[in-house]
Amino acid sequence: MSLISEQKSNIPPQKNKQGNWWLILSVVTLIVLPLIFIKGEYNGADGQAHDAITQIQPDYEPWFEAMIKPASAEVESFLFATQAALGAGVIGYIIGLYKGRKQ
Amino acid sequence: MAGLTTALLMIFSPKPAYAMHISEGFLPIQWAIFWWLLALPFMIIGFRSLNRICQKNPELKLLLALAGAFGFVLSALKIPSVTGSSSHATGTGLGALLFGPTVMPVLGSLVLTFQAILLAHGGLTTLGANIFSMAIVGPWVAFITYLIFSQCHQQKLGIFFGAALGNLVTYLVTAAQLAIAFPAESGGIMSAFIKFESIFAFTQIPLAITEGLLTVLVWNWLQSYATDELQILKLLKTGV
Repeated sequence: MSLISEQKSNIPPQKNKQGNWWLILSVVTLIVLPLIFIKGEYNGADGQAHDAITQIQPDYEPWFEAMIKPASAEVESFLFATQAALGAGVIGYIIGLYKGRKQ
Repeated sequence: MAGLTTALLMIFSPKPAYAMHISEGFLPIQWAIFWWLLALPFMIIGFRSLNRICQKNPELKLLLALAGAFGFVLSALKIPSVTGSSSHATGTGLGALLFGPTVMPVLGSLVLTFQAILLAHGGLTTLGANIFSMAIVGPWVAFITYLIFSQCHQQKLGIFFGAALGNLVTYLVTAAQLAIAFPAESGGIMSAFIKFESIFAFTQIPLAITEGLLTVLVWNWLQSYATDELQILKLLKTGV
């Protein structure tokens, strides 16, 4: 019963009433406000897990090392950017395909 | 006056945030094996249900790729947060809400393996633990939250809170995994958990909100343009 009523309410196209621009605006605000108003180093702190662990257990030695390490911060950010670009490209392609198919 | 300034500095000074992934070699070997063993059955179930989806409904493959790609984007972005440090979103909520949490161990481990091998972010020895937090517990929490909200016909709120809570829980599980492996001298596991958890809790809340909003955004696009796919998924979930 509830399924049927839900299907009915889904039939009218909800385009332009979803408030997508508000969603994007909120995300940008959430990210930009701290950058402007809070002075921090914004370090992502993989390495800082080490500190907390060695505080609790000073004699702990990592027993395995990553085989490939990005040679520098630039290489690392290149790889992260590549990862994001790949993902965003696929999302854009698929949503675009769906949109084109619909029209 | 000086005291006040130091107090303010203490509150607002940037604290280190843990990445969502436990670094390579940073779990004692017995715990690394333990989490691997715990994650494996979920991986097998995940492969099976992925196979079933691809064979029965090959038209959903694109949507699967989209869910995976969403995880790729969100976990690549180190987003600055109110505490003056940065952390990640997980991007596993969307796939869990679309396909159900059983497929997520596979999709999530793709991202985690990519980052462990190429980026030295996370690690192969800690992959089991990281899969458990990000690709198993997080998606299940997201899915159950979504179910509760959609029982009350609040689908959009369910997507938002599902994705946001899935993100938060991922970090809580990571903190718990570290605390169990490294209990504090005084206070044991609980005090270690509070230590690990408190540091990233405030960092993570705005990021969880961001992840919730972005998940709703993509869902809105799908609702506008991929009505057929969403309908098929709905039928799959109700078991028709």
